[in-house]
Amino acid sequence: MLELPALGWQSIVIFVVFALSLLIATYCTYAERVIAAFLQDRVGPDRAGPYGLLQPLADAVKMFTKEEFFPQNANTALFIFGPCLAMITALMSSAVIPFGNVLSFGSNYFFLQGIEVNIGMLWVFGVVSLGVYGIMIGGWASNNKFSLLGAIRAASQNISYELAMGMSLIAVLMISGTLSLRDITLQQSVAGEWHFWNIVKQPLGFIIFLVCAFAETNRTPFDLPECETELVGGYHTEYSSMKLGLYLFSEYVNIFVASAVMSVLYFGGFNFPFQYELRDWLVSNQDWTLAGAQNLITILGTVLLFGKIFGFIFFFMWVRWTLPRFRYDQLMRLGWTILIPLSIFNILLTGGLITFGIIQ
Amino acid sequence: MQSLSNRAKQVEKKPMTLAERAYLPAIFQGLSITMRHFFMKKPTIRYPEEQRPFSPVFRGLHVLKRDEQGRERCTACGLCAVACPAEAITMVAGERKKGEEGLYREEKYAISYEINMLRCIFCGLCEEACPKAAVYLQADKMAPPRFERDEFIYGKNRLVEPVSPDNRSKRGIQLTEEQAQQLRAKMDAQLA
Repeated sequence: MLELPALGWQSIVIFVVFALSLLIATYCTYAERVIAAFLQDRVGPDRAGPYGLLQPLADAVKMFTKEEFFPQNANTALFIFGPCLAMITALMSSAVIPFGNVLSFGSNYFFLQGIEVNIGMLWVFGVVSLGVYGIMIGGWASNNKFSLLGAIRAASQNISYELAMGMSLIAVLMISGTLSLRDITLQQSVAGEWHFWNIVKQPLGFIIFLVCAFAETNRTPFDLPECETELVGGYHTEYSSMKLGLYLFSEYVNIFVASAVMSVLYFGGFNFPFQYELRDWLVSNQDWTLAGAQNLITILGTVLLFGKIFGFIFFFMWVRWTLPRFRYDQLMRLGWTILIPLSIFNILLTGGLITFGIIQ
Repeated sequence: MQSLSNRAKQVEKKPMTLAERAYLPAIFQGLSITMRHFFMKKPTIRYPEEQRPFSPVFRGLHVLKRDEQGRERCTACGLCAVACPAEAITMVAGERKKGEEGLYREEKYAISYEINMLRCIFCGLCEEACPKAAVYLQADKMAPPRFERDEFIYGKNRLVEPVSPDNRSKRGIQLTEEQAQQLRAKMDAQLA
């Protein structure tokens, strides 16, 4: 049997998650183009490989071979640091997400999760809010008016929407009573009880969280930091080559993480309906061992979690190619006068429902 | 004031209803529209693999026809060059020698016949002007793009309909492949 110290196993999981987020982000670029094409009655890239599946590779080659351009008056060190920071923070946040329950080999148990910490949710929030520094530093270091405007927009937008996002999350935390993402997931499905996912208990909170996730990842209809019609390219106007690629890439990694967090917080994470019934049926009727049945459930749950994540990623893209961009004052009004009061109302509502024992 | 077209509508500025202000119903409406398009049949034709058939009256690349016995029909009368509004056609006439009866239909033939595809407007007037039914614009072939201007000047080597070896005996041509090659070499030498 595998005799791995916990640290070794964790580093393997983190490495796999790291590689997976990069792979998924790579194919997000392809998916975005194909989905955009399909929504507009086109077929999208289909030249590179079967169904254009090698398109991301071709894009990467293009990005790497382009000229590495530095503006004359740019702060070179910060100019390089910006995209690095954007990418690092995007990749760091997936470490605490529980991608699956527990796998058992003999007497060894392995969690399909990078790091299990009791501040998981805080970690995700902290790291994601660091991500705006990548954009700000890049926009500032470019020494370009459009870049600076884009950076300022990104900063104010992220600050505005993080408030509403955090407060919609507080309602979830009031129900779960823990910040650990694994515990939040496990609470959404308890063996032998009729348990609902958090989306049933927090529909309003989910909508607020979803809208804020769109704003935090700088996606349409909130892609004001890079809006082409007003700001040329926003914060990445001056960027070329793979430095631009890192910015675009980090956006997709952020989408992946945001989708994973939403799946875990509101859609049951790796749980799926009737999992315990399936496990018990396998054990009692099919002569499976309990550990084997549990492993099967874990693997199925992981696959389904990725299904949920891909569903959300599709939704992100679907919305992008449907809705037009907000005007900046509309964006701010939505954030400050609608979403924040709504999320406060949601907290009060949840508190009331908990007090009267309607949800727990 | 009365409107000119009588189609003017009085627009009333109503306050938005709650559903309109909530914005979400409109979003879902928009999402359903794009989702409908997601599953629609795409009108795209993937060009090199799929090709649309040309119209039967399409006027494409020229061809200089041969008759049933494989002889060139063109007598270099020059009517096509006169008819051509773009002045794309030039030719040099020559007299048929003894022993070349299998190659050229009439006593006079075109030693060289050139069409400049950059000048040609594919109007088909040469086709109409030709008294010998020699020049045609094909309905299934286009003049392909090229990199050099010279390559657009099509000479006889590219315009004359090729003699297919399989049909030679059927058409009553008494030439072996070797002889045909010799004749082609001679033609090319004349052109050069």
